[in-house]
Amino acid sequence: MVKAIKRVYMGLVFLFLYAPIIVLIVFSFNKSKSRGQWGGFTFDWYIDLFKDRQIREALYFTILIAVISTVISTIVGTIAALGINNMSRLGRTIVLNINNLPVLNPDIVTGVALMTLFISLRIELGFITMLISHIVFSIPYVILAVLPKIRQMNKHTAEAALDLGATPAYAMRKVIIPEIMPGIISGALIAFTLSIDDFVISFFTAGTSVTNLSILIYSMAKRGVKPTINALSTLMFVVVLVLMLIINKKNDKGEDIII
Amino acid sequence: MSKPLIELRNLTKRYNNTTAVDGINLTIKENEFVTLLGPSGCGKTTTLRMIGGFEDPDEGEILFEGKLLNNVPAYKRNVNTVFQRYALFTHMNVYENVAFGLRVKKIPNSEIDRRVKKMLKMVDLEGFENRNVDSLSGGQQQRVAIARALVNEPKVLLLDEPLGALDLKLRKEMQIELLDMQRSLGITFIYVTHDQEEALTMSDTVVVMNKGVIQQVGTPEDIYNEPINRFVAGFIGESNIIEGVMLEDYKVSFDGMVFDCVDKGFAPNEPVDIVIRPEDIRIVVNPEEGMIKGRVTSVVFKGVHYEMIIESDTREYLVQRTKMFPEGSIVGMNVQPADIQVMKRGSTPCNEEEG
Repeated sequence: MVKAIKRVYMGLVFLFLYAPIIVLIVFSFNKSKSRGQWGGFTFDWYIDLFKDRQIREALYFTILIAVISTVISTIVGTIAALGINNMSRLGRTIVLNINNLPVLNPDIVTGVALMTLFISLRIELGFITMLISHIVFSIPYVILAVLPKIRQMNKHTAEAALDLGATPAYAMRKVIIPEIMPGIISGALIAFTLSIDDFVISFFTAGTSVTNLSILIYSMAKRGVKPTINALSTLMFVVVLVLMLIINKKNDKGEDIII
Repeated sequence: MSKPLIELRNLTKRYNNTTAVDGINLTIKENEFVTLLGPSGCGKTTTLRMIGGFEDPDEGEILFEGKLLNNVPAYKRNVNTVFQRYALFTHMNVYENVAFGLRVKKIPNSEIDRRVKKMLKMVDLEGFENRNVDSLSGGQQQRVAIARALVNEPKVLLLDEPLGALDLKLRKEMQIELLDMQRSLGITFIYVTHDQEEALTMSDTVVVMNKGVIQQVGTPEDIYNEPINRFVAGFIGESNIIEGVMLEDYKVSFDGMVFDCVDKGFAPNEPVDIVIRPEDIRIVVNPEEGMIKGRVTSVVFKGVHYEMIIESDTREYLVQRTKMFPEGSIVGMNVQPADIQVMKRGSTPCNEEEG
């Protein structure tokens, strides 16, 4: 009896959490344009989606920015994590707290702050500013993903490679990077997911010349929700879901990451 | 006598305001098994790391075959290290771990294969080539670490508490195996440990260190039988350490009695420390037949012997004998002159009693 109640309770929680998304997905296949009634199953909205030049362009920018910002933030974040690991205890604590601040900072504050910075430096808002912003907000997450993997590594691992005749560069390439690769991949996946996911910071730093998917959905929704938005949102949800599954799957294998 | 391979001259290392290694001088010969022994923080690991090239000395020189080694980076030194907790490469299998040093040197694959297989056979890990190192037991990981270092045929192998993480039985087995390897390969081993028994078992030469200073260098027998000061006597084995006065050559006085001994060369009436090993005190049933009279206050069975505490008028003696004398009995104790080891006080810069 208690067990049954527990299950019902858990079911309700999940229903509450997922009902909006389920409705969204269901209606993305709805033939009727009305949001209130079911007019039969169709893929039309998905087809429309790919016919729409504006959406295709937004998709292009979203992916382009996600890929470039992931690559750069992963490299920068990994190097930073390696450096932080070699700091004194006090230095490390200070830097990690500074690192955690942007993670906890509300996106809207980060977004407005970045916009203000760009404007004050007279940098025109556009693709570059949005890219820089995505790199900036991803780096702390990469550091948080890579650092535990470095700390897990035996502290003499690098020395062992040098001891066996490897130059520092060779040791980095053949030993350190492969040893912490699971952390780097986790960091990259988190960075990619965050970039695809982000609306607030993009909105403030993109200016008028560039539009990514989240900004596009927002502006389309202001003009009234078209079923294509449902389809687009469903696709974004699926992409993020898949990424999350990959990240968690890695977690199951006992590889520590933070998210 | 084989020729010197490594020389340490006035080697010093400081961290912030503590001196980890304080001007040590040491010569290590070819094919020698040298153990750096001391409590944690005595500078033994720092010394080893300076020889390996992982710490830069603040002062002094390291000579390798007569050439200055100070500014040679770790990866160019002809020494290899077995690290504490092994530091194996977890993303590589056993074979690749062992092959690493050879791959770095761009040795042909067929040669690598031959040497890795030979090495794995030597450490008894044949058939483990494709195993993940994480799936191995501590003892097996230890063997991989040894094979990974020895496959490079170094002139010197540095071992930093290599057996510290193993259980007692395995540790004893590995001690014997390491000794066998050292003898058969003819490589100089520099071994760091805080385990005095391990040091006595394995070494040709034991270097006892404390607070960054070498206290005594000698064979295991020398170190055990003729400790140079209180610290060495107390650290190596169990001992009764007694304060006394050297009256003249071969005569030492403590606890109000005068004893014959075999030591000389002290100033008349020089204060000294005396060490008597617990197994060197003989017990006689008739108290009148002993030089020192005492009452047995505690008896503990240790397997090989009984460990007894015998209280005289002035102090407690730790005594180890295979025959048991019951608690409360009054007995006599005798010590041979050769078993009274007289040590100078203040004979090294750093010989305060350990806290």
